[in-house]
Amino acid sequence: MKLALVTDLHANREAVSAVMDHAQAQGCARFAFLGDFVGYGADPGWVVDLVREQVGRGAIAVMGNHDEAVVQGPRPTMIADARHAVEWTRARLSATQLEFLATLPMSVIDGEVLYVHANAFAPGEWAYIVGHAEAARSLQASDRQFTFCGHVHEPRLFHMTATGKAGGFVPTPGVAIPLSPQRRWLAIPGSAGQPRDGDPAACYASFEPETATLTFHRVPYDTESAAAKVRAAGLPAALARRLIDGS
Amino acid sequence: MAVEGTPPRGAPLAAGQVVDGFLLEERCHQGGMASLWRVTRPGSGETLPLIMKVPRIKGGDDPTTIVGFEVEQMIMPTLTGVHVPRYVAHGDFTRQPYIVMERIEGHTLKARFDAAPIPPGEVAQIGAKVATALHDLHRQHVIHLDVKPSNIMFRESGEAVLIDFGLSRHDHLPDLLEEEFELPMGTGPYMSPEQVQFVRNDPRSDTFALGVMLYHLATGERPFGAPTSVRGLRQRLYRDPVPPRTLRPECPPWLQEIILRCLEVDPERRHQSAAQLAFDLQHPDQTVLTERATRTTQSSSLQVARRWFAALGNEPAADAGAVVQTARSPIVMAAVDVAAAEPALLAAVRAAAQRLLHTEPGARLACVAVLKTNRIAMDEPLDADGSSKHVNLLVKLKHWARPAQLALPGTSAAPGGRVTFHVLEAPDPAGAIIDYARKNQVDHIVMGARSSGGLRRYLGSVSARVAAEAGCTVTVVRTPPASGGGPG
Repeated sequence: MKLALVTDLHANREAVSAVMDHAQAQGCARFAFLGDFVGYGADPGWVVDLVREQVGRGAIAVMGNHDEAVVQGPRPTMIADARHAVEWTRARLSATQLEFLATLPMSVIDGEVLYVHANAFAPGEWAYIVGHAEAARSLQASDRQFTFCGHVHEPRLFHMTATGKAGGFVPTPGVAIPLSPQRRWLAIPGSAGQPRDGDPAACYASFEPETATLTFHRVPYDTESAAAKVRAAGLPAALARRLIDGS
Repeated sequence: MAVEGTPPRGAPLAAGQVVDGFLLEERCHQGGMASLWRVTRPGSGETLPLIMKVPRIKGGDDPTTIVGFEVEQMIMPTLTGVHVPRYVAHGDFTRQPYIVMERIEGHTLKARFDAAPIPPGEVAQIGAKVATALHDLHRQHVIHLDVKPSNIMFRESGEAVLIDFGLSRHDHLPDLLEEEFELPMGTGPYMSPEQVQFVRNDPRSDTFALGVMLYHLATGERPFGAPTSVRGLRQRLYRDPVPPRTLRPECPPWLQEIILRCLEVDPERRHQSAAQLAFDLQHPDQTVLTERATRTTQSSSLQVARRWFAALGNEPAADAGAVVQTARSPIVMAAVDVAAAEPALLAAVRAAAQRLLHTEPGARLACVAVLKTNRIAMDEPLDADGSSKHVNLLVKLKHWARPAQLALPGTSAAPGGRVTFHVLEAPDPAGAIIDYARKNQVDHIVMGARSSGGLRRYLGSVSARVAAEAGCTVTVVRTPPASGGGPG
């Protein structure tokens, strides 16, 4: 059954709707949400409800640092815009929605796949996988063949052989990549709700477990409306701007 | 009798065994890296002759073979067309690793090398076929990176077929080899200078390897020997090969020009696409001869020393990939009715072609005119009248192209011979243009539409047929009607 990997949704209803439609059209029958459902965007309640509803239908969901922050209050290390967004978000979620976020697992193992928001070596400390070294460290910390994670907003694919040599790759959207059983793989689909690689189109990936084939996707959506809502909500203007230019 | 089921991992395969529905009939080749089995798929109705390639794993740990096979399993299913064996199936290392593919009958090109040196015409013919196959591969986003005689076969219909993609790289798939090895990857005699420096994303590496093969076929010797050490491999970064004509005076200057251009250290100085190389090999008379054609000595020791220093720590950074580089270097064909078209239309076609050449600095322009012949007279030897018509058309064609040629940056030195001229003789101009474009892997045809409605109705529209039937992009140029009136 084809699986859609959606991460860093960041309360962006327009982006997430477009991704869900695209994934269903691609034949994805199951979803995995890799954390950061809220923060930055103007529609936290809508996005949390969507994830909740999908979890009710068998979807996988793990906790992200923004979800944790909304539940626990922002960490002192958080940047100012993120902190503002966390406080704004917390005030807009119902008790049920907050309860859903509070009970999200840090990671899920399902067959040969590990789902986690940031990395496998210390999921609750939120260190980023910025290059080969962190990817190798994460792959070594898990015994699964595939790790699917988020946190880093740019799409990336890392791989490692039995000898521990890791390679990295910037994927081309729409190209099916066969994930060889000879090595282990760590895939970062890229952010659905706040892309940062210069392309404002929403990111996600689809995975076909039977053939171990992974495809990264880019889905254009109405960034103007999403940005207008961010501004109307009184959230920092920079958060609206970066949706439009994907920065 | 067939033995059902898959044997335990590591067990030797035997004739009569069935692996994933493929019946092993006979081992037809045992190489260092892999063995090849002739197989059939009973009950499948499969009519294609098949082989199964099975890697030979030496001991428990043999990363070269394992990763190479992994790469081939990843890339082969993405390839299509006449220049690769058709991919059928593969099995992974968790059980029995194999790839089943179409069996290409006959021998590899290696056999032909035993006879080297061979006549220049045959060198060019083999080279053009291999270059055509390489261009097709590059257009599919793949760089072969191990082009050598034993990896090239020929179909009975004549097309070159590339085999063994164990070192290849696909623009859009992870490069599993990049991080794996600390030594340059390739085959010593054929490896391009940039491969020696760990660059794996330049399709012009394949044309370098083809240049090594052409050198060998033309002279009977290898341009860089067969080095086995990294130091030996690095010599090609600063030491030129002995010019082919110094070894074999019968090697024509045009062939030396083409071969030495393939073997340039800087990829920017080589043919910019395999199609452009195939084009030159198919049109020796159009090859622009530079200093390379007449060179008789290797570089001086001072030049070698200077280049040795320059090569130190100078790691080339190619940002291209197969398709980016190939698309940057298209072959544009201007099909020009120089004898009959209106001057305004001729100027408009020239301007359109010129614009394309300016947008893509790697582009080449083939100017083509068709001399219409009678169907009946086709096989008769050209009479004096026909010959003068041919020359006359060529003169007109060159005259037509001159303003475009002059406007090109750097054409006075004509380093790449960016503009070439061809008069085709055929009873059917549209068919001749389409056929020429196909044979020369033209990317874009620019031509004028016949302006007179009456004439077009009477003769049919050549441009309409070319636009409909050519396998590439076609731009049909029109000039506005003189009086601004409706269709005439």
